[in-house]
Amino acid sequence: MAIDIRVRPAELTAVQTVWRSTIGKKAVMAVTGLLMVAFLLAHMLGNLKIFFGPHDFDGYAAWLRTIGEPVLHGAWFLWILRAVLLVALVAHVTCAVQLSRRDRAARPTRYAHGQRARASFATRTMRWGGVALGLFLIWHILDLTVGVANPDFDKNGPYHNVVADFQVWWINLIYVVGVLMVGLHVNHGFWSAAQTLGLRRRRGRDLTLRVVGSALAAAITLGFLAVPIGVMTGLVR
Amino acid sequence: MKITVRIWRQAGPQEQGALVAYDLDEVSPDMSFLEMLDVLNERLILGGQEPVAFDHDCREGICGACSTVINGRPHGPEQTTTCQLHMRSFSDGDVIDVEPWRSRAFPVIKDLVVDRAALDRIVQAGGYITAPTGTAPDAHATPVPKPAADTAFENATCIGCGACVAACPNGSAMLFTSAKAAHLNALPQGQPERESRVLNMVAAMDAEGFGGCTNTGECVGSCPKGIPFQSIVDLNRDFLRAARRR
Ligand code: HEM
Ligand code: SF4
Ligand code: FES
Repeated sequence: MAIDIRVRPAELTAVQTVWRSTIGKKAVMAVTGLLMVAFLLAHMLGNLKIFFGPHDFDGYAAWLRTIGEPVLHGAWFLWILRAVLLVALVAHVTCAVQLSRRDRAARPTRYAHGQRARASFATRTMRWGGVALGLFLIWHILDLTVGVANPDFDKNGPYHNVVADFQVWWINLIYVVGVLMVGLHVNHGFWSAAQTLGLRRRRGRDLTLRVVGSALAAAITLGFLAVPIGVMTGLVR
Repeated sequence: MKITVRIWRQAGPQEQGALVAYDLDEVSPDMSFLEMLDVLNERLILGGQEPVAFDHDCREGICGACSTVINGRPHGPEQTTTCQLHMRSFSDGDVIDVEPWRSRAFPVIKDLVVDRAALDRIVQAGGYITAPTGTAPDAHATPVPKPAADTAFENATCIGCGACVAACPNGSAMLFTSAKAAHLNALPQGQPERESRVLNMVAAMDAEGFGGCTNTGECVGSCPKGIPFQSIVDLNRDFLRAARRR
């Protein structure tokens, strides 16, 4: 039988091999992206507590600060979660920027005729949609976590802050557009991550992955949209 | 048929190029696309002009030499090779744009001819098995399961034309590389070098300056041999497993 006698170009560690390759960087995007999707799902479900009134919602927000007690000190869990998400986001965006720059450099000349676009809208908006998503994220944190962008911020009244937000038409607009961007990104992202991680072993599974990704994207989008719509329609006040 | 072809003319690697229009009056629908270019070239030569340089060899869809982007699609409107595309795919009066493969890794040499040696270097990095040669072994010396043989054969049909790279908005060579890796990775003879093959071929692919894959699937739509997207998924999995085991 054959033997591998090839001298490898360089003995790289596993981490170096992953980080220096286009496939590895894409895998980092897939893992961090899926981590953020899992967080979004939990975040969305938590938000729905708003329909049970200020007592339940504010109680839920206060409980988040007690997770892990008494092992973890007050709000430690929350800070750990924030740190993990921040690392994931930074890794995701770093890879997105590095790969996008490389991709553009690899195709310096366009076809004079133009190309037909086979890819879906969600696929074509991953880059600029992702950037819009990043801006929305910053605004969202300044609004409901830090409070500086909120019309009437009360540090101990998350319910009050949400209701204050969605009285303003342009804040509603920002949220609706932002959440739709999230949905679009996850719609292509979930399926794409599965391809990148090599999770599809047989061709037939493709449709299943697309359906699961789209269902997840739809659930996340509708769940997040329910809150501003609830305030706008007076269901939440 | 009367047609107008607008062809990318570029005198050399460092020269500026541009689309130049040529009218052709007596085009038969049964001509292949390359025969149509032959007719044009005869006319240019008789008129003392420089003929259009284009790559071709077998003219039967098996060598992968022919390589033109026709109306924005590598190999044109049908999913076949340029040499197997016929003028009946076009209509009387059409204006047809003909351009070379576009990718940083495929520099234009002249007109429609590009340098595709980058693909050869990817194959040199691992697209083979290190077996002692000699007389052909008995066909049953190494049993190959039927599904593995089918996968290997399907991927082995890649002719290395580079249409996948030309179609990809990122100029990525993932479909080509994955076909070459999948062909050998499916077979028992390919197993001993499976991991080094994948690591080395992907390293070579990245070193050539091809872009990364964004799972867009443009490549699959332009591949004359129908190499499936599944091969890219399998390359991803093989690469990540090989990297973990370093
Ligand atoms: C800061 C803003 C963000 C930017 C700039 C960004 C950018 C990108 C880009 C460029 C891609 C690659 C698309 C492609 O290859 O077709 C991508 C993929 C992905 N993104 Fe994001 N993204 C951002 C935030 C997020 C968030 C918040 C999530 C979580 C919901 C997420 C989840 C994903 C997933 C799951 C993928 C698929 C990874 C893969 O293709 O293997 N992204 N992102
Ligand atoms: S994968 Fe298809 S398009 Fe790409 S080089 Fe092989 S035959 Fe050509
Ligand atoms: S000339 Fe050989 S495939 Fe077209």
